[in-house]
Amino acid sequence: MADLILVVAEQREGKLNRVSFETIAAAQLIAKETGWAVEVVLPGSGVAALAQELAAKAVGKVYALEAEALAAYTSDAYVYALKAFISEKQPKLVLFPHTYQVRDFAPRLALALDRTLISDATGYKYENGSLRFTRQMFQGKFAADVSFGGDAPWMATVQIGAFRADHSGDQTASGAAAVENVTAAVANTPARVTPHEVFQEAKQTVDLSQAEVIVAVGRGIKEQKNMPLAENLAAALGGEVAASRPICDNGWLPLERQIGSSGQTVAPKLYIALGVSGAIQHIVGMKGARTIVAINKDPEAPIFEIADVAVVGDLFQVVPALTEEVKKSRG
Amino acid sequence: MKILVCIKQVPQKDAPLRLNPEGTWIRDDVSWETNEPDAYALEEALRQKEKHGGEVAVITAGPARSQQVLREALAKGADRAIHLEDDRFAQMDAANTARALAAAIEGENFDLIVTGLQSDDFGAAQTGVLLAEILGIPHATIIIGIEKTDSGLKLKRELEAGHYQHIEMTMPAVLTIQSGINKLRYASLIGIKQAKMKPMRKVAWAEVEGKLSKNVQRIEKLYVPGSQKKTRKIEGPAGEAAKQVVEYLKNEARVL
Repeated sequence: MADLILVVAEQREGKLNRVSFETIAAAQLIAKETGWAVEVVLPGSGVAALAQELAAKAVGKVYALEAEALAAYTSDAYVYALKAFISEKQPKLVLFPHTYQVRDFAPRLALALDRTLISDATGYKYENGSLRFTRQMFQGKFAADVSFGGDAPWMATVQIGAFRADHSGDQTASGAAAVENVTAAVANTPARVTPHEVFQEAKQTVDLSQAEVIVAVGRGIKEQKNMPLAENLAAALGGEVAASRPICDNGWLPLERQIGSSGQTVAPKLYIALGVSGAIQHIVGMKGARTIVAINKDPEAPIFEIADVAVVGDLFQVVPALTEEVKKSRG
Repeated sequence: MKILVCIKQVPQKDAPLRLNPEGTWIRDDVSWETNEPDAYALEEALRQKEKHGGEVAVITAGPARSQQVLREALAKGADRAIHLEDDRFAQMDAANTARALAAAIEGENFDLIVTGLQSDDFGAAQTGVLLAEILGIPHATIIIGIEKTDSGLKLKRELEAGHYQHIEMTMPAVLTIQSGINKLRYASLIGIKQAKMKPMRKVAWAEVEGKLSKNVQRIEKLYVPGSQKKTRKIEGPAGEAAKQVVEYLKNEARVL
């Protein structure tokens, strides 16, 4: 067992995603406490240039794990290649960014290695030689400290936005790590999955990432006929209306106005959440907002944990009153 | 198609949750419901059966109370149910849950196994994927469209930020279903009546215990997360609250 943290970075269509760098930042923090080394592996095909980009971070080494079979993602090929790679390197800890792709293959990879994966970690604790990860449960109503019951390699995925990638201080420190090209192991069995091109449904007609004010609606709005409450407030503020996933699933707003992991990521000056409980999948799309006002009747709604202003009350009364006050204030 | 739907009973969305005295789990005296993504998985299974014929079985692992989610599924149109009934099934890690499910369906040979993409309680998003690994069959996650073809399945996977991907896959397979893939149906009165007559197979702890391993993930502590910001709390009459919000936005946040 090597005293090593291995970060599995992710690229799609020739681009590294931001959360891969956040995962490296998490590894660097853990390394500081444990004294373990940090290395990065990037699976794919023709990813040498991207591996160089990763090598500019303060890490020990970057592996470009390459095979034609890894050009287009399939869980089978990723599990096969990474299982062989991890078995050989024997790291203490393997960290992944908590992306849709990782969700697809990492649990299976962990079990194939006869190990376990703690998913969607927001933090960690290292005490008396034992590593625990913090993750949200019950839709963010509780946090849990979770420990590994078995042997290393321990494995965990890191939630988007939980660690800052471009922080000052030593975890940002850039370096010049060596890049090693490794030929990935490929199964000689017929493929069970055939991936096709990634696509977007329709041209987006609204770019919420540019909106300065967003009024977002959650389940608390109850019925479609109540949507004008939010629309009126948004109009009074000169902002855009958006929603959490269930609202768009119901067809009360188009999908392009959905905020969260499967929708848009926004960082407006003002975000007003109406009846949004604050499940993780929504929070990751909006916690970068400068000022967050949440209105919810449940005083324990997780959204209040990230709110600047928490209005505990009935949105059906508060929102019309707020709309009037905003109109007065803006003249 | 012979389809299995894996369903979990979770606390109701609005239910106020309280911690147990040890701070390791929630107190059991809450209202329960079907995990929402699993409801979409069931609906999709019923629609596939309506199109292609076959059978829909539903399975859950949990204490006696969790039979309710199976009854509801039968009332909506599932043909039969399997209940791994024991309190000990409620707090297993995802791998052991998947092992228990796999043991309970040994010899069944389902063409398709569907479940929600994650549960509203643990939210680990792993059980379906691990079940595929244990059964040695392919899987795909976060599925938002299913089309049966001559050679297998054509699927629409959701990716981040409004992107999608079509993939083709052989059967048998395990799919985890994204909410919003379809519109949920309600159980009809006649469905509720018929559900009482449908088969419900009970599987006891002892029958699957030999296939389980020790739990390799332990919840050391469950707690209410602290506020990540200095939050100003506003309560009281709506008019007053609205005034205070606008004052804050004007004078402190300076966004008005």
